[in-house]
Amino acid sequence: MAITTRVVERPTDDTSYVRATFKGLALTFKHLVDPHKVTVQYPEEKWDIGPRWRGTHRMLTTEDGKAKCVACGLCPTVCPANCIKLVPSVDEQGNRYPAVFDIDEFRCIFCGYCQEVCPEEAIHLGRHYENAEYDRKDFVYDLTRLTSQTHPVCEMWDPADPRGE
Amino acid sequence: MMHSVPLLLQVADPQLPPSPGMFVLFGLIKAGVAFGIYMLCVAYTTLLERRVAGWIQDRIGPNRVGPQGLLQPIADGVKNFMKEEALPATANKALFVMAPAIAFVPAMITWAVIPFAAPLPIPGVGLISMAVADLPIGFLFILAISSLGVYGLTIAGWSSNNKYALLGGLRASAQMISYEIAMGMSTVCVLLLAGNVNLNEIVAQQQGQAWNVVLLTMAFFIFAVSALAETNRVPFDLPESESELVAGYHAEYSSMRYSMFPLAEYANIITSSGLMVTLFFGGWDIPFTQWDNAAPHSVVKTLVTLGAYFAKVFFFVFAFIWIRWTVPRFRYDQLMSLGWKLLLPMALLYITAVASLALALDFAGVVRTSMAYTGAFLAMNVVFVVLVFWVLDRGRIVSPAYSRIERERLAKMRLGAERSDLLTGKGA
Repeated sequence: MAITTRVVERPTDDTSYVRATFKGLALTFKHLVDPHKVTVQYPEEKWDIGPRWRGTHRMLTTEDGKAKCVACGLCPTVCPANCIKLVPSVDEQGNRYPAVFDIDEFRCIFCGYCQEVCPEEAIHLGRHYENAEYDRKDFVYDLTRLTSQTHPVCEMWDPADPRGE
Repeated sequence: MMHSVPLLLQVADPQLPPSPGMFVLFGLIKAGVAFGIYMLCVAYTTLLERRVAGWIQDRIGPNRVGPQGLLQPIADGVKNFMKEEALPATANKALFVMAPAIAFVPAMITWAVIPFAAPLPIPGVGLISMAVADLPIGFLFILAISSLGVYGLTIAGWSSNNKYALLGGLRASAQMISYEIAMGMSTVCVLLLAGNVNLNEIVAQQQGQAWNVVLLTMAFFIFAVSALAETNRVPFDLPESESELVAGYHAEYSSMRYSMFPLAEYANIITSSGLMVTLFFGGWDIPFTQWDNAAPHSVVKTLVTLGAYFAKVFFFVFAFIWIRWTVPRFRYDQLMSLGWKLLLPMALLYITAVASLALALDFAGVVRTSMAYTGAFLAMNVVFVVLVFWVLDRGRIVSPAYSRIERERLAKMRLGAERSDLLTGKGA
């Protein structure tokens, strides 16, 4: 293939730099005096995040303050990132409960499968995004932390109401 | 000194020039005060730039340090002093360290001769001129000093031993040389009208007639465009054009040494604005009144004219920033062709026209301060403005590169392009 030059057709006779510049200056001045106020002053103001926002987990509890989890083992099985560590146990009445329930939020990909698969509606993703910690090991949330968090939980996608209305 | 003692003892008339001793003393005071205010203005121009940039782009800009971000320049300064100063191993160390200072100082020196208010009468001392150094050759001094700033940029580019920095430095020098000429030529017209190179006299002439921007709009246009190029501001910021040269001449700089370059740029902006105001917008003159420049000077007049001067300079500093956040950068060939093929010939032509008209009017016996004199220049000005901004400005002032290719070659290229796989999409 021969080397060719691509020539872009641009108007020459009716273009003007000076007038176009003034037009541009008028436009920027309009924005200067009347800006579209789009910036959110973050620590003071916050966005409303969507109802299906998938953030860090919460474990819901029963009325007596115990985790709803019955340690069935579905969530560590379905978890594609393999971030849930579950050690089941049985109490005196023969009820299963999680002796250990750790979620490594660094490994988590926030797919929401654990919430979808949970038969007891115990584990949920949260509508929450401020997750900073001073130590890496603080990102492994244990059962106490998962149950004590209070932020709102993620709503799952409902096929009957695909747009969440 | 022996002569000055009796002079100091007698009560000096505040409307007359001060004694030599007082002249030196007040010269030093003026230098100190002007330096302080100037540095403060430079620091706050950085904040102004960032806030205005934010507003123009529908952002907010720095507003966290202090009320409305007013302490931001101080925070920046502290940060820059704390940062590590990296020195490239292969750099020419002496020049590398010196370059930021060389870039910064000329902008500051230029300010020394610009008059910024009506003379201040001080009882017992005399009439103090409100320019740090009221040189009789003020304007020539500016021409001599303002071109020195480019050494800082070029030396910075050269001493960094970095190809991008060197290219930036080369561009800086080429650009400065090209636009220095047009700038100098445009101001010749001002000198022709004023008949003097003292900046105070140039201000006085504008007070007597009309502001030079009304009489010599084309000269102002050329001067303003050249000033943009001289200060390396967008649309002429090719020396640092970050999209092609990383950061251009200051690519290797860090910490406060780096910070000196932006500071030098802002210092240059303020100085250029000050010059534009002095040469074309009547300096410290308040328009439509002769009250401010009439003989008995007072402190009130000095303060009011100082305010007027500050307001005008502020407007131009703002205009510099405004243009920066509006216009895209020129291509290098556009920059050069604008400087050499348009501004320089236009400036030369304009000098000829202005000189001829001035000479003709002088021969005809028209008094320089009369309405007829002003009117004649006004009429010529209208002709030039229409010619340049209406007739010439049709894709000729700044044009795409191919408009300079001969038509037959262009047609051939187009033909080739039509056959090309690139355009038909087969090649992809």
